[in-house]
Amino acid sequence: MKTIEEINAKIKKKKVVVVTAEEMIEIARSKGTKKAAQHVDVVTTGTFGPMCGSGMFINVGHSKPRIKIGGGKCYLNDVPVYCGLAAVDIYIGATASPDNDPRNTVYPGAFKYGGGHVIEDFISGKPIRLEATAYGTDCYPKKRIETFINKETVNEAYIYNPRNGYQNYNVAVNLSKRVIHTYMGVLKPNLGSANYCSAGQLSPLLNDPKYRTIGIGTRLFLAGGVGYVAWNGTQHNPSALRGPDGIPRAGAGTLAVVGDAKQMSGDFIKGASFIGYGATIFVGLGIPIPILDEEMAYFTSRSDEDFWAQVVDYGQDYPERIPKSLCEVNYAQLKSGKIDVKGKEVPTFPISSYSKAKEIASILKEWISSGRFLLTNPVEHLPGVESGIKMNTLEERTIEEVAY
Amino acid sequence: MKKRMILRFKRNTIDKPVVYGLVKNYNLVVNILRANISPKAESMMVVEIEGRESDFERGMDYLRGLNIGTEPIEQDINRDEQKCVHCGICTSVCAPEALYIPDRNTMRVEFDYQRCVACELCVKVCPVKAMSVSFD
Repeated sequence: MKTIEEINAKIKKKKVVVVTAEEMIEIARSKGTKKAAQHVDVVTTGTFGPMCGSGMFINVGHSKPRIKIGGGKCYLNDVPVYCGLAAVDIYIGATASPDNDPRNTVYPGAFKYGGGHVIEDFISGKPIRLEATAYGTDCYPKKRIETFINKETVNEAYIYNPRNGYQNYNVAVNLSKRVIHTYMGVLKPNLGSANYCSAGQLSPLLNDPKYRTIGIGTRLFLAGGVGYVAWNGTQHNPSALRGPDGIPRAGAGTLAVVGDAKQMSGDFIKGASFIGYGATIFVGLGIPIPILDEEMAYFTSRSDEDFWAQVVDYGQDYPERIPKSLCEVNYAQLKSGKIDVKGKEVPTFPISSYSKAKEIASILKEWISSGRFLLTNPVEHLPGVESGIKMNTLEERTIEEVAY
Repeated sequence: MKKRMILRFKRNTIDKPVVYGLVKNYNLVVNILRANISPKAESMMVVEIEGRESDFERGMDYLRGLNIGTEPIEQDINRDEQKCVHCGICTSVCAPEALYIPDRNTMRVEFDYQRCVACELCVKVCPVKAMSVSFD
């Protein structure tokens, strides 16, 4: 048994043993999990995938005379931002599209520039055109402003992503007879392709399946800077299907993360256009996992063949919210390039970047071994299986059905 | 030698039987991978040409003499290495597997120009716009 405090003392003395989740697999294979737990102090994880549940708060500073953007309208590079906040606080979401974007009226829809691209441009230090209109008040008389901002001109700019780092995800296939364009990429008809989206053995929450060490307040790598877990993510579903050792076999836990955008790098957060679907953003996330005991050594040394995911039809079942899995496959099979679905060999394609995930786990390892990055005890644990959380759905209800 | 080329035809050159010319006079094997021929606009053809290097050079001179543009495919199709995040989405639409993942441990996406047929599907699908085609 080790404590976070003991591990941090070792980090400060630069005597910590930190390895990536890939390296941990090999260590546990050769030494066994018991010795691996004694030897290794920290395992680093990483993931780099499209995460629509992302966005950024900015306080743009006050104009002269003052303008109350709050309650008005505001655009960054023509992309609408949320203004229902205080006078000069705005929030830009990754999937926002310009008002005049043709969206998918020009089939299938290119979504060339959206909120995710604005965030990447801002983080990369590019000038961003701000346009805002307001109704004008005695204290905020200005009604219109057009100007440029960048990350030096604003006050705070912080990423607050309400849902990142999904613990496992569906494998998407298409049983229909036409090509479909989805957030899981382009899916060929008649079970012609299978797209998947997880870093598997490097994925943060898959390496801590029971949320023993990742909780509220956990310090992490977010898009090249330091960030924190703010809360559980939206749709956090600890009650999802799990294997006998507690590892989720479907999309389960999620994280809400926060971090200073000014520290981040455009190499680890990238605006994305999903053809026929919309604008979004690739987010790089890495979380260190303290090896407190043999159980954590066991979990962090699970490899792709131990992580299973559900194959789901996006031709009909997913859009119609039919909870059906065609079969289960593991990440070793997915990464091999083909899987077997109902007796048919189906080629597989990744959506999230495993090579970037590796890079992130390595950077985090370097941060920790050089003494720059200390581990945290969760301030509060994320809701686990015991919480009994169930996902609610949006039904078309009458007022009587919801009135007490 | 074997090489993939993009041939560009101005409106007044599409009536020339160039494939016959390349085969008959220059002893080249011509494999048409993709063709977009229109009498009203500029036309293009993606071809794989196989033969002796000297015959290839003379064949290209013959085409240029007819005012047909000849460009190696790698000059026109480009991947911006700074933008590419190696997510792998492009490999799902690349039928000739020019974009492919050879190493299943690193999962990095490689681009083999010599397999590309310039279909441009990757350009449409790449979420970070790393793939580009510049026809001039």
